[in-house]
Amino acid sequence: MHPIAERIQQLFPTGFVKAVEWRGDLAITVTRDSLHEVARFLRDDPAMDCDYLVHVSSVDWPDDEERFEVVYEVYSIRKRHRVRFKTRVPESDCEVDSLTDIWKGANFMEREVYDMMGIRFRNHPDLRRVLMPDEYNEGYPLRKDFPLRGKGWRDTFEFLNEAQS
Amino acid sequence: MGLIQLGRHEKDGELDVITTTVEKAVNWARKGSLWPMTFGLACCAIEMIAAVSSRYDMDRYGAGVFRASPRQSDLMIVAGTVCRRMAPVIRKIYDQMPEPKYVIAMGSCATSGNIYDSYSVVQGVDRFVPVDIYVPGCPPTPEALFDGVLKLQECIMQKRVFLKQPAQVKA
Repeated sequence: MHPIAERIQQLFPTGFVKAVEWRGDLAITVTRDSLHEVARFLRDDPAMDCDYLVHVSSVDWPDDEERFEVVYEVYSIRKRHRVRFKTRVPESDCEVDSLTDIWKGANFMEREVYDMMGIRFRNHPDLRRVLMPDEYNEGYPLRKDFPLRGKGWRDTFEFLNEAQS
Repeated sequence: MGLIQLGRHEKDGELDVITTTVEKAVNWARKGSLWPMTFGLACCAIEMIAAVSSRYDMDRYGAGVFRASPRQSDLMIVAGTVCRRMAPVIRKIYDQMPEPKYVIAMGSCATSGNIYDSYSVVQGVDRFVPVDIYVPGCPPTPEALFDGVLKLQECIMQKRVFLKQPAQVKA
């Protein structure tokens, strides 16, 4: 196993779920409760030193019990290594801890995940939609059960009626 | 260049006197000074920029003075994929343009949405602004855009200026 994965397994025996290494990419799955601690360790530990949060994304696995997966990728600019860590949440309670207190850059990326997939982030300073309008109420467009053509928003132009009246 | 297309009276083989109608003269002036407004949304905008720059030079058709303000322009070239969130902006800018105003939908996306049959992409700008000319292509070459501009000029020459126009149909 990859030394970083081993280290995390030793330090967080209950939080560690699995580690997959594929063509040089290390992906570690952790439980939702230990996500924040693992992230804190990856940034603060001198051997890890992951000071750059590359991206936050999410995956919808509609057939799984824990339907959503939140994916974080961090990079150490000084050590030049990259770690991807993931956590799973069920649909009934899709909420994970925000990592904005560790990496400031998580703010907008977590908002995008909330916007597109509907996963809420606990302790996020400003959890609003980013790409879709604030008043958009048709749900979360990147979920697998969302119709590809949407629910009519793209064809309704309410501003045309306002201009006529 | 366009005066030759007007009616003329030849005397001894020389072009001393030209007779025409005021309508034709007005249309001729309008078609020769189409000031477009930059509305580049995606990759089509790159071709639109190429069309104005030196190699192609859209100024030859009088349509090279790109304005950054809708209040100074006659022609809106919608170049690129129109997302639903951009739609009110396009409509607002179209409403700010002074009459007479024309719209070219440049490229497949502005015409019909192209392959982007998704929740956020409007399936053609003609759903909320009236479009005069559709230019096909993904993206259209500068020559294709010129063809659209020339077609629009033909279209302008056929307009009746001094007849009361029916109220513009809202899209």
